[in-house]
Amino acid sequence: MTGWLGAWLLLCAAGVLVTLGAALWRVWRGPARADRMMAAQLVGTGGVAVLMLLAPAQGWAALDVALVLAILAALAAVGFVKASTPDGAGDPEEADAPHDPPLDPPLDLATDSARSDRDVA
Amino acid sequence: MTGAAALMLDLLLVVLVAFAGWAALAGRGVFRAVVFFIAYGLLVALGWVRLGAVNVALAEAAIGAGLTGVLLLATVGRLERAGAARDVPLMRGAAAWVPALAGLAVTGALVWAWFALPLPESPGPQLAEALPRSGVENPVTAVLLNFRSWDTLLEAIVLLAALLGVWMLGRDGDWTAPLGLRQHVREGGVMAGFGRVLPPLGLLVGVWLLWAGADAPGGAFQGGTVLAAVIVVALMAGVAAPPGVDALPLRVALVLGPGVFLGAGLVLAALGAGFLTLPEAQAKAVIVAVETALTLSIAVTLAGLVLGPPTAPNGAAARTPDGARP
Amino acid sequence: MWLDLASFALTALGLFFFVAGTAGLLRFPDTFSRLHALTKADNLGLGCVALGVALQAGHWTDVLKLVLIWALALLAAGTVAQLVARAALAEPRARKGEGERP
Repeated sequence: MTGWLGAWLLLCAAGVLVTLGAALWRVWRGPARADRMMAAQLVGTGGVAVLMLLAPAQGWAALDVALVLAILAALAAVGFVKASTPDGAGDPEEADAPHDPPLDPPLDLATDSARSDRDVA
Repeated sequence: MTGAAALMLDLLLVVLVAFAGWAALAGRGVFRAVVFFIAYGLLVALGWVRLGAVNVALAEAAIGAGLTGVLLLATVGRLERAGAARDVPLMRGAAAWVPALAGLAVTGALVWAWFALPLPESPGPQLAEALPRSGVENPVTAVLLNFRSWDTLLEAIVLLAALLGVWMLGRDGDWTAPLGLRQHVREGGVMAGFGRVLPPLGLLVGVWLLWAGADAPGGAFQGGTVLAAVIVVALMAGVAAPPGVDALPLRVALVLGPGVFLGAGLVLAALGAGFLTLPEAQAKAVIVAVETALTLSIAVTLAGLVLGPPTAPNGAAARTPDGARP
Repeated sequence: MWLDLASFALTALGLFFFVAGTAGLLRFPDTFSRLHALTKADNLGLGCVALGVALQAGHWTDVLKLVLIWALALLAAGTVAQLVARAALAEPRARKGEGERP
């Protein structure tokens, strides 16, 4: 690695840090919780990129920190999703998720017409 | 040119860390404060890498940004379900000045200490002299598990005591129930899939950190925290059900680390070397055995701390405001 | 020398994608557009950075780690974007644009 590349990698890391500053603005601004959480997720991804860019100059052990950051950022996001479900232990993909519109108009399974419709289908 | 780029990077990092810290304290809204706390942990980990303290960076990334973040997010969710969440207005007047001045005083004392005290030689002449006899090459592991292993033993026991403290917060009737809330996910959904794909990768990383810890940054605490994250994700994704407090494998995993540590110390004392005094020839073997056991215990203990006390399967305890209990 | 130039080009491209993703995070009108901008651009940027840095790696284990980190980031980003978007459906503020005072 020549000298100019070392300087460039640091400069590039600084550039990624600037985008992280913008992500922090989004955490501040919101407005939805999903915005804040995804912006924090960007701070995680950007942090991983900064660690990669630092690795040639700072020692390759920085990649271990990047690995840990990648796993734990995913855990934090799963924790957020869990905490935002009604009982704190659910999954927003479940059928009874709030505001999840049904794909088909609701069928009245008790009546004969509904049942025959189903049989034909 | 490299120096100028490095200075710019460091200045930017300082500004971001300071802003994230300020925003976590200053803004309205508990949720926003928690997200800023997570971002703060991530940025501080970058700072530790810039300072060359990769061991500390690993711990900060794993505990500061990861596990503590999940704990705080779960707390916000629980407070809201209990109807107890409210945004505290910013402190004004004298109430705000007291903590501000106290923080300023601590900062001033640290600045004074930085300039007044002599800089220690890195990594210190005594450590450099003793390191070849410690059995490992990572100076942090050498200090934690050989030169000052007494501290580490007590820390492992403190962690166990903290978990017992959390368990005591459970209700009497829930004692035999599984740990934490009853997790449920959509069958075959994204979260269920994630819970099956992440654990093998995380296991690889956790074991790697434990193994690398002998000669490079890493070790029992870092590896254990990653494994704890893996356990929590797997349980949250419904891959396995959490055990109850009376499950024998859980209890064995919890006491294995402190137990092996204590046992190694007692055996060494019986052999005449002194309690936890590692002879040079056996040092590496003892350290690896103790670290492996500690990693397992730390992983299970931290996961238990995140999951919370045993809770009755109907989840009623989670929904009822704590103050409204009969 | 060619390796250095390739590293330069790839990391520069990575930085470009990070800037593009962040521009989307700042400028797009609603939560779901912002999610969509973030998840793709940033992880593409991370992949470019990983490739560029991998060309400078001294040992094959470092390259392996870079690949593993990127794979983890992709896996996590895809999962998290899907789940966070689902969770945001329940939140009225996510549908309309800037509603809340900071």
